[in-house]
Order: sequence, then structure tokens, then C-alpha cells
Amino acid sequence: MRSGVALVAKGQALTRKKIVLLVVLVVLALFPLAGATFYTELVTKVMILAIFALSLDLLVGYTGLVSFGHAAFFGVGAYTLGLLAPKYDPANLWLTLPAAMLVAGLAALAVGVFVVRAKGIYFIMVTLAFAQMFYFVFHDTKFGGGSDGISMNFKPTASIAGFAPFDLSNATHVYYFVLAAMLAVFAFLRTLLGSAFGRALQGIRSNEHRMRSLGFPVDRYKLASFTIAGTLAGLAGYLSAMQFGFVNPEMLSWHQSGNVLLMLILGGLGSLYGAVAGAFAFAALEELYQSVTTHWQLLLGATIIALVIFLPGGLASVTRRFQRTLIGKTDDE
Amino acid sequence: MSDAILATQGLCRRFGGLMATNNLAIALHRGRLHAVLGPNGAGKTTLINLLSGDLRASSGSIRYKGEDITHYSADRRSRVGIGRSYQKTNIFPAFTAFENCRLAAQSRMPRALHIFANALDDGPVCEAARQALDAAGLGACGDRVASTLSHGEQRQLEIAMVLATAPDVLLLDEPLAGMGAEEAARMVELLKKLTPGHAILLVEHDMDAVFEVANVITVMVNGQVLESGEPARIRASVAVRQAYLGDAAP
Repeated sequence: MRSGVALVAKGQALTRKKIVLLVVLVVLALFPLAGATFYTELVTKVMILAIFALSLDLLVGYTGLVSFGHAAFFGVGAYTLGLLAPKYDPANLWLTLPAAMLVAGLAALAVGVFVVRAKGIYFIMVTLAFAQMFYFVFHDTKFGGGSDGISMNFKPTASIAGFAPFDLSNATHVYYFVLAAMLAVFAFLRTLLGSAFGRALQGIRSNEHRMRSLGFPVDRYKLASFTIAGTLAGLAGYLSAMQFGFVNPEMLSWHQSGNVLLMLILGGLGSLYGAVAGAFAFAALEELYQSVTTHWQLLLGATIIALVIFLPGGLASVTRRFQRTLIGKTDDE
Repeated sequence: MSDAILATQGLCRRFGGLMATNNLAIALHRGRLHAVLGPNGAGKTTLINLLSGDLRASSGSIRYKGEDITHYSADRRSRVGIGRSYQKTNIFPAFTAFENCRLAAQSRMPRALHIFANALDDGPVCEAARQALDAAGLGACGDRVASTLSHGEQRQLEIAMVLATAPDVLLLDEPLAGMGAEEAARMVELLKKLTPGHAILLVEHDMDAVFEVANVITVMVNGQVLESGEPARIRASVAVRQAYLGDAAP
């Protein structure tokens, strides 16, 4: 009897969740039709940040590796486009996008070999140190345009053998391309987390010591997770460079690494929905506070502190808390 | 007697000036349950940690099926067939009991590259997990979150996870600790059932249980072997009585 009631309640919660998701998807799909280019571009930017946050969630929320240098791979993805783009011709999307992800993934693999051995606070510091190295390589040498970065004269073209299915100099087309990329990354991570590999990562987050004694080569799993996260961060970086037509060292700075961590904390670690919600909440708060005061960072900081204290599970925990208070449900999920 | 499946020679482990394990030679055989007794601080858990790879030996060697595994990592030793349980329950508290065992079973069938296949569709792994739960008496608790299990049930889960890795050697660190009488009796039955197919090293303080299940008993004091032999001999040993069992022992 009891379990029957619980099942019904769970079923209802599931449908409600599906309805909310459907509404969000429809709103996102129709959003550019409102015709406000400024907001179309803003939401595009936020969806790119959501991809970035999703990639970091794989590390922080599901593998238990708190990286404070994730912007390095975002930047490497962006710079790959900047450096590959010809001066007087548009770059080809279908060549440069995989190249950017490949280069970012290789960079993450190389860094990962060194960092996955470090634990806890040392992991945080070592990833930060590596990211700073990347930052200064681009900032202090000529090859990436130094502190000015690189401006691209053309947006990449999506043309395949002369036919272009969409136009990346059109803000609406960019919007839909980025939306598709975000949904693809979401679906990819969801599948991955349900696989044997993804479950092993979550086991490592829960109890690394026991995973070792059960026979899992933990460092190799961590390295794979670090590489995948870096590859997806590279995708986000590429999309960002594509949207704005320039790259600069600030894309790799520790502020950027810190911001994406804050998005995860806002949204709730270890939830893919939370990562997306966190990116949107972060951008919304930024816009809101910037319109009120020039000292908006102070307000943003205060908001995040309040949120960590009063809503430790982030935005993703809101529905759960709501249910618990209203229905008196005590079990998680 | 058949050749040992797991054997140590001159095994030492130093913690600063303390010899936690001192020149220890111990051999485990398939089909035999080898119990290790000793007062607190005798080095019993250190011995298990050395055999499982949680600790590295300061000197000496460990051979498993004729192979020198002294320098193998903990995860590699698990993969070659040495499973261990922990004195302090060491599980995945937020996962269901089934998922705890499924992960353990998954480690035997690594399919790390199958990132697009749902782990729950892997029949053999799920079946191995279910069998391990059943064997440890947790068949009805698979869907429960591990942290909500009673202390005794968590001890059973601890064993179920080791069984799910299908080891040849079982290193069990006080599996009966904190169990009620009924659970303990069931664990003793399980140990008897497991003995024929495994080489078992059992560290346990419950004397009645040890003398009921052990084929061989080693008594350790200060990191060294005080006495080793069949239970009847250990029971009769004057040195053991004085050092550990006390004169009132059976």
C-alpha cells in the first residue's frame, strides 16, 4: 500500500518533470522568433557557458575532481579556431570544430597525466597552476597574438562541397547550432553516466579507496574523465570564439575557471540540469546586477554566499525540497 | 599438502621505529580457512593490508600462484584474484546495495569503452551482483540505499562486494564485528560454504566462530608469529594461553 502510494507520487513527479522540460525546450526553440537579436545572442552565449559547465560537472560533480583550471581547455579550443582561421577566407566548421576538440582533448590528456595523481586541495592547486601556465603562454608570447589575442575577419562556414546548410554569420543560425550542441552534450553525458564507465566514475567520487580495492585502475578512469571534460570544454571554447569572432588570453584566465565553478555551485553539483540552470542563473544575475550598479560583483558574491548557506544543493535541489516540504516526502529522488 | 596459492616470505612492515609486521611467513591454500588471532596491535590488519596492497612491504616478498606480486598495486592484486573486506565498513553509502555489488562485479568485466551501453543491460554483471547479494543473505535488500541498511547488513554487504569480484583468495578483516547473534551464525555458515572453493584468511576476535570454521590458526604477537597449526594444537599451546587466550580458555 505504502509503496503503491510512493510509486504514484513518483510517477506524478516524473510527468511534472517532463512537462517542465518540454516547456523549457519549447521556449528555447522558439526564443529567436521573438526577434530581439541582443537577447538571442545573449542566450547563445549562455548556452555556450552551459556546455562549459556541463563539461566541468563531469569532473567535479561526478568524478569528484575539483578542477580550478578548466578554462585552459576552453581557451585551447577557442585558440585552435583563432590560429587555424585563414586571414582572407572563412574557416571550415567541419574541419576546425573537430580539430579544436581534438587539440583541447590532447591538452587535457597531457595535463591529466600529471594531475590525476594529486588529491583534494593539491588537485585544485595543480590544475590552477597548469591553467596559469597556459594563460601566460598565450599572454606573453607572440604566437597567439599576445595579450590582444586574435581577431577573425570571417565567421566559419558550414559549407560541405559548396553547399552550406546554415550560415554562421546569422545570429539565429548560430543560436540553433549552439542549442543543438548543448542538447547533444547533455544527451552524451547522460548516456555516459548511465554506462559502466560513468558508474565507475561515480563510484570513484563516492569512495575512491574501495574502488581501488575492488580492482578498478582509478587513475586511468580519472584520466579518461579529465580528457573527456577537456574535450567538451574545447567545444565550448570553439563555439565562443565562433560567436564573437575573436580570442584573447582572458578566456583561459582563472576568473573564467572560477566562474564556471560558481555556475555549478549555483546549479547544484552532480546534476546535469543543475549545470545548465546554473549557467543561466549566473548570466541572469550578472545582467540584473549590472543594470543596477557598477559594483555588481559585490552583489553577485553576496548572492552566491547566501545560496550556499540556504540552498546547499543548488537550484537542482529546489524541486526536491519543495516536494519534501509540501508532501512530507523524505526519500531522495 | 598442495602448493600455497598465496605465500609470504620474510614480510616486514615498519612504521617509524615500530615493526608492525616482523619477518612473517604465512601461506594460504585453496580449500582451507586460515584464521589469524592476536591481541590488539599484533599486526593482523597490517598483514591484510600488506597482502591486499593497501600497504607496501618494507621488505620481504609475497607470491601469488607462483608470481611475485610484492610490487603490485592494490587494484592489480584485486584483478588477479585477491579480494578483501574491511574491518570498518567501506561501502558506497549513497548507492543501492545492488549497485554496490554491481560495481564490484563490473570490475571483473571491464567494458570501459562501452560508454553508450547502459550498465544495467549487462546481464552477466547484474547476475553476478545478485548472486553475491544472495550469498551474503541480502537478496531482499538489493533496492535499499546502502546507508539505510543496519550495521549488520552493511557488514554483510561488505562481504557481498568482495564475493561479487569472484576472488580466489579472501582476506576478511573481522567480518563478524558488530553483528547480532543471528547474523553472525549466518556468516559462519557462509564461511563454511566458501571454504572449499577459496583460500581464506580470517582475522576475527570471536573465538567460538574461529574454532568452528578454521582449518589452520596462526597466533600473532608484536608483528611476529607466536604459534601456528591446527586448532587443536593452538588450543593446547601453553605459549598461546599465556600470551593471549588466558588460562581460562577452553
